[in-house]
Amino acid sequence: MNRFAALLDALVFTPSRNGKLRLLQAYFAETPDPDRGWALAALTGTLSFPAAKPAMIRALVAERVDAELFAWSYDFVGDLAETVALIWPARPGANASPHLAAIVERLGRTGRVEVPRLVEGWLDALDAEGRWALLKLMTGGLRVGVSARLAKTAVAGLGAATIEEVEEVWHGLTPPYGPLFAWVAGGGAPPPADEGARFRPLMLSHPLEETDLATLDAAEFAAEWKWDGIRVQIVATGRERRLFSRTGEDIGGAFPDILGDVGFVGVLDGELLVGREGIVAPFNDLQQRLNRKTVTVRQMASHPAFVRLYDLLLEGEEDLRGLPFDERRRRLEAWHDAYRPARLDLSPLIPFAGWADLVALRDGARASGIEGLMLKRRGSPYLAGRPRGHWFKWKRAPLAVDCVLMYAQRGHGKRSSFYSDYTFGLWAGDILVPVGKAYFGFTDEELARLDRWVRNNTVRRYGPVREVAPGLVLEIAFDGVQLSGRHKSGLAMRFPRIARIRWDKPAVEADRVEALAAMVA
Amino acid sequence: MAASPPRPEDWITVRPEGLYCVPGGFFVDPVRPVDRAVVTHGHSDHARSGHGCVLATAETLAIMAARYGAGFAGATQALAYGTKITLGGVRLRLVPAGHILGSAQAVLEHAGTRIVISGDYKRRRDPTCLPFQPVPCDVFVTEATFALPVFRHPDDRGEIVRLLDVHRRNPDRSVVVGVYALGKCQRVIRLLREVGHDGPVYLHGALAALCDLYAAHGIALGPLLPATDAGKAALAGALVLAPPAAVADRWARRLADPIVAMASGWMRVRQRARQRGVELPLVISDHADWDELLRTIDEVGAPRVWVTHGREEALVHAARARGVDARALAVVGFDEEES
Repeated sequence: MNRFAALLDALVFTPSRNGKLRLLQAYFAETPDPDRGWALAALTGTLSFPAAKPAMIRALVAERVDAELFAWSYDFVGDLAETVALIWPARPGANASPHLAAIVERLGRTGRVEVPRLVEGWLDALDAEGRWALLKLMTGGLRVGVSARLAKTAVAGLGAATIEEVEEVWHGLTPPYGPLFAWVAGGGAPPPADEGARFRPLMLSHPLEETDLATLDAAEFAAEWKWDGIRVQIVATGRERRLFSRTGEDIGGAFPDILGDVGFVGVLDGELLVGREGIVAPFNDLQQRLNRKTVTVRQMASHPAFVRLYDLLLEGEEDLRGLPFDERRRRLEAWHDAYRPARLDLSPLIPFAGWADLVALRDGARASGIEGLMLKRRGSPYLAGRPRGHWFKWKRAPLAVDCVLMYAQRGHGKRSSFYSDYTFGLWAGDILVPVGKAYFGFTDEELARLDRWVRNNTVRRYGPVREVAPGLVLEIAFDGVQLSGRHKSGLAMRFPRIARIRWDKPAVEADRVEALAAMVA
Repeated sequence: MAASPPRPEDWITVRPEGLYCVPGGFFVDPVRPVDRAVVTHGHSDHARSGHGCVLATAETLAIMAARYGAGFAGATQALAYGTKITLGGVRLRLVPAGHILGSAQAVLEHAGTRIVISGDYKRRRDPTCLPFQPVPCDVFVTEATFALPVFRHPDDRGEIVRLLDVHRRNPDRSVVVGVYALGKCQRVIRLLREVGHDGPVYLHGALAALCDLYAAHGIALGPLLPATDAGKAALAGALVLAPPAAVADRWARRLADPIVAMASGWMRVRQRARQRGVELPLVISDHADWDELLRTIDEVGAPRVWVTHGREEALVHAARARGVDARALAVVGFDEEES
């Protein structure tokens, strides 16, 4: 447990992804089975202990610590697990620190009545760091800034496996993942790909550069719209139905409306969207449904979700991934025609004669829900990862407005000494209203100059935020703009970034908020 | 009928300037300029400039002169630990508080009552100052900076060993430790020397003068180099100390891919450490932790405890539960962050 606790502690304080990856890899390399497997389960959110609830932990600490002192402490620290970990009175001569495996196994088979005494004994045996890790482990949600994907990437890095290969077998495995580690770290045989409802790694695209068109033959490609939702995979066996995000996280819990419509066996690739009466709603609407464990009937009615299908990977038991795109598309259309599921529709193919047709279409595409075009090579099989030369995304040209810098905030990590997060606004009458924030779109040299400008033009400070005099114009590029009740200006930009810093342009000549409102799709 | 002796609250009172001893005619650690001040230690929230006359240990006077210049007060009087003087019928002596170099508790006796104003204090061993000495008394005035049971400071050497471990494992990066310029800085350097780090320690310019002062008082700090002009190449693999504010600001850009550490009692709480962008929190405090505050109250055996700055309500609550007549004193102006 000490090693796992030290890992979590180090992860909390390590901001960079690569730093976290190094910590995880070192832990998996140095920790024996089954402890490392249980740690992997905890990091990927696979563990659940229904008998260990926050209320039980509060009751335990109430037996040991004065209620008022606990309340003041909790108020100061702000996190239950950390407060209890720090406040728990040491009991000298307690038992030896338990192993992670012993904790997980005993928690799993101990009933609700006996769990409190079990946990109490462990809290006595562990130090503050260990207690914190134990409490985080029990109550779920480690919150150490590690996604399931990152944890699996670290496992893959133990040997010569790729993250895609780990994903391929992942959903057939259960904690503590002995066969997985034996394969990756020990060079044994890969575990069999699961026959059940497992995630198949997605095929991803490369951005298309305008110059690419000259080298590509239009006749070899199919075109579709690039829909502005999130990429998902529907997996249905006879017994199980699952909805996965592009990284293989199971998000089905929040989308019973979609899974309820799945009555077939197969694997489908598509875009998760919210739509009303055939019109795709802005991405903001979909966001109301994302990052939830569950969903209410009311949310399902106000934000109805559907999946627009791109591809058919498995039909029944038959794996179609080796077939060319055209053939899979024919099978997808035939399949859809036969089933007609209410919440799954087809992403239409766009007929075109040559690239010139598509250039015109792309430039005219301003409807919400469309990010641009996708080009898919007709002869390509469905390949995991991001293979070169098969699929291209061709985003529509961004919109742009000239905004005025209003506030700046310090960044994080390498940028912690720079004012690198910018809030900008547009003129409404003779005052500025904030319309968005951007963190990127400039070089290191430009950042240094922006930072100097902010420091020299600060008029007020609010903690880490500086308000600056209206004197610097930023040309902001963005993919779209929607009406929004959550923003003061009533407008929300999609993917705003700094396209150019207009050192030359006077602030009074920046755009007016009406100009942005006119771009609402 | 004989007049009853004056109660402690009649001769020690709280005024806007700070704690005031009525018969002695002096303030203890006043936050505004006054005629006569007794100063417990040199931290800027306790030791301000501009008083008419300051009485303190010679070390504290030297620290004030280093920070504010020689004319920081109209007149000064150095009082050695343990030496008694009488001011307007009040007997006063200074006793080590274990907080920083020169830090003292003010022990006041008047009308058969002894009041100890402890200033800031800690109970751990500190190689840069004399240890806290408990003085039995009738009224004990205590700080409460870390007066919550979540604050239990670990062994400081263990924290230093962790720091050196990170330093050794990152030969290409600077490890920069945020330290308060007075006390924490010199204690961290001394601890580094004790666990065997005898290489150079690089210093932010604001730390140099007080390190010189400590060295002049016989506290050997080993080789110290200025970080400001060292250049990035020299700072790769270097151990650097800087005031907390400099660690996250432009000054830090001269460092080589720095790992940010901070030595403070607040580092016990993860969220506090993360908010400040700290990657390596070191729980090293110059204040008593929860257990030490309670132990000290037990040891001085005072039937009455007055709690000044920090989390007063929790310490008052816990002291009352031990049968002590405890209350909070509303003394304003002490700064949380110099901890």
